[in-house]
Amino acid sequence: MTDGTLPARGGGAPKVAFFNDPKVRSLIFQGIALALLVFVFYSAASNAVTNLTNQRIAGGFGFLDKTAGFGISQTLIPWAESMSYGRAFVIGLLNTLLVAVVGIFFATILGFIVGVARLSPNWVISKIAYWYVEIIRNLPLLFQILFWYLAVLAAMPTPRNSYSLFGLFFANQRGITVPKPVFEAGSGVIGIALIVGIIAAFLVRSWARKRQAETGQQFPVFATMSGLILGLPILAYLAAGMPVSFDYAQQGRFNLAGGMTLIPEFVALTLALVAYTAAFIGEIVRAGIQAVSHGQTEAGRSLGLAEGRILNLIVIPQALRVIIPPLTSQYLNLTKNSSLAVGIGYPDMVSVGGTILNQTGQAMEIIGMWMACYLTISIVTSVFMNWYNSRIALVER
Amino acid sequence: MQNTTANPSSFTRGEILQPLPPPASLVGPIGWVRANLLSSPLQALLTLVGAYIAYKLVWTFVDFTIIRAVWTGADRDACLDEKVGRSVGACWPFVWAKFGQFMYGFYPVEHRWRVDLTGIIAIALLTPLLIPSVPYKALNAVLFFGAFPILAFNLLYGGSILNPWLVVLGWLAVLAGISLLVAYLMSRAEGGANEFLLKYGAGALAAGVAALLIVRSGMFAVPELPVVETRQWGGLLVTLVVATVGIVAALPIGVALALGRRSKMPIIRFLSVAIIELVRGVPLITVLFFATYMLPLFLERSPDAMVRVLVGVSIFSGAYMAETIRGGLQAIPKGQFEGAMALGLNYPRMMGLIVMPQALKLVIPGIVNAFIGLFKDTTLVSIVAIFDLLGGMRAGFTDPQWASPVTLYTGFAFAGIIYFAFCYFMSRYSIFVENRLNTGRRR
Repeated sequence: MTDGTLPARGGGAPKVAFFNDPKVRSLIFQGIALALLVFVFYSAASNAVTNLTNQRIAGGFGFLDKTAGFGISQTLIPWAESMSYGRAFVIGLLNTLLVAVVGIFFATILGFIVGVARLSPNWVISKIAYWYVEIIRNLPLLFQILFWYLAVLAAMPTPRNSYSLFGLFFANQRGITVPKPVFEAGSGVIGIALIVGIIAAFLVRSWARKRQAETGQQFPVFATMSGLILGLPILAYLAAGMPVSFDYAQQGRFNLAGGMTLIPEFVALTLALVAYTAAFIGEIVRAGIQAVSHGQTEAGRSLGLAEGRILNLIVIPQALRVIIPPLTSQYLNLTKNSSLAVGIGYPDMVSVGGTILNQTGQAMEIIGMWMACYLTISIVTSVFMNWYNSRIALVER
Repeated sequence: MQNTTANPSSFTRGEILQPLPPPASLVGPIGWVRANLLSSPLQALLTLVGAYIAYKLVWTFVDFTIIRAVWTGADRDACLDEKVGRSVGACWPFVWAKFGQFMYGFYPVEHRWRVDLTGIIAIALLTPLLIPSVPYKALNAVLFFGAFPILAFNLLYGGSILNPWLVVLGWLAVLAGISLLVAYLMSRAEGGANEFLLKYGAGALAAGVAALLIVRSGMFAVPELPVVETRQWGGLLVTLVVATVGIVAALPIGVALALGRRSKMPIIRFLSVAIIELVRGVPLITVLFFATYMLPLFLERSPDAMVRVLVGVSIFSGAYMAETIRGGLQAIPKGQFEGAMALGLNYPRMMGLIVMPQALKLVIPGIVNAFIGLFKDTTLVSIVAIFDLLGGMRAGFTDPQWASPVTLYTGFAFAGIIYFAFCYFMSRYSIFVENRLNTGRRR
């Protein structure tokens, strides 16, 4: 080197081969991906058209208006075999939602109990919770559903020998019978009172919080809220002249008459989903509680708070931050897992849709409808839980 | 300082007293019981109730599976209360009689040695892979993930013995040849032509094409194992095949989708996000229905039922795997990417040599958990008419020769023990790996 400078490369910017330019490269790759996608879609579509023509299946959703002609063992809205496939699918969707809501409700309760039990200072209780979690998590869900359905519920007595609890609840091979509420004229007032009570309770709560923030005075929020939510409907019930009565099941010679019967498929599916999801929720709750540093509890004690208030005001709010995101996934899992109903014939969306699919051969439409429904449920659930999560999330700086 | 021992009239003690042992009620078994079982009346009550429940459950299980069980017999008579003269527990002869069906489905009896051999080879390759101290991990992994699948297919499905190997080698050679030739063209476009690449590229391409042509000509089709259609497969064999194929296929799919999701190219990112979210938002059973009913519509020839299910399971577990791997990628500090770029590595090398090894190592427990999940989800294939262990068990119940009140419970006990043993072992292994990899953060 004579003057210590690098030899000039033809002046100006260094020359880079065009295919080494990141921009060109990314365009090329995306072009290839797009072309591939178009090709796959095109060939899939053309094959589908040929295959459907060969099988003489007309596309489109016209089949939804045709008569279904099959029975459904549990319907939330009225159903007759002369009604359409579309309505059958809606019934399936409602049944899926029913299982999901009931399952989520009980799984949350049982999961919190299991999670707290695993942290119990009592050795026996914590070991039972530990083995509950280990055994339930390590067995396939379909196995558990079949176990409840075939091994537990099928072993129930015949209707004439039903197990009964206080003469109100009966359990037998055909399901669980509970008193059925009968709504007479004027019962709408109770529903209105309940809604008013809930709104009023939340207003009271926010008022009490504001007052506490301003003046430091506390208000018996919990008692007032429960009073409003429970009391108003009861008052409305009495004021409207007791328009709701219960239809109790009567034990007849061969069968139970009256009441409301939960079909065994529903009971087995719900039990299995609750037990299974609760094991996972239990672990999430345990991790959440353990994530709260012990110093927080000690700080609470040194302030002289009672144990219950430490739990309510310090530990649980912080644990919830850790618990909510994975809990959301568990709720979604439970909803999606309810599709295993098809394994025992509970008429959920997949089961009813499968019947329609077999009768009409409209595979594409049915599967598309399933996917659209599940995706909508997933999105709504996670949007709601994310909203809740962002409300309770830790706000820093 | 006054020496206290020297002064006998002092009231102070001269030597330090040895500490007394703690009261017997605080240490040893008694102390443990007091602290952990009887710390308050409520705890004592909980202990009693809990112990009663635990005793009831464990005793019911042990009593049913061992104490009251029947161990030998030829048909249902051995398991009927009135024939045996006592209340009968598990009917194990039913399981022995159906053992072949539970394990192999309807795989022809004279060919079951092939399944056994595959299983033995799998265990022989997998065991050293799982034990950290055994050497030659790279070779072992190549054998298990590369050679074993072809061998297993060959053994389980049958057909020509040499052909599948030639096909795979031929395609590998073709791919290598094409990449070498592309590299040659690029080197020419940049100026200096690299004749070395041309020579080897052309050679590899020719060898690959030759190998594929030889296979087409059917020259090596002669030494062959009789084909066993996948319709005849069943039982634990199907459970393991679906789970293994699912997880092995899920890894590359998951890596590709995870990288695609973090890519800067909008179209590729959008496609990856769309696939991942679409598949994760729906239940596995709808994916299986999709694979079973819709896939044949989209293809010219309908693939085998088992292949369709495998495609469905692979896509499903791939989407979940992508999210697991994305978690690992997010845990890699930006400095690692920057370091790789500063070294002048290109994207594939940066990912392959620096980022991916660290990311995958971080998510090994997640991968094992995904495998457990997949192993359990495999039971769903029985809904689309593929008979796995659970399906085989249900089929076994319908045999009138073994119909007895306890048959059902025996089947559940047997299948439950198998599922639990597999999943429990895997979850223990995942915890073991997690602890072992945690060395950097452990103090």
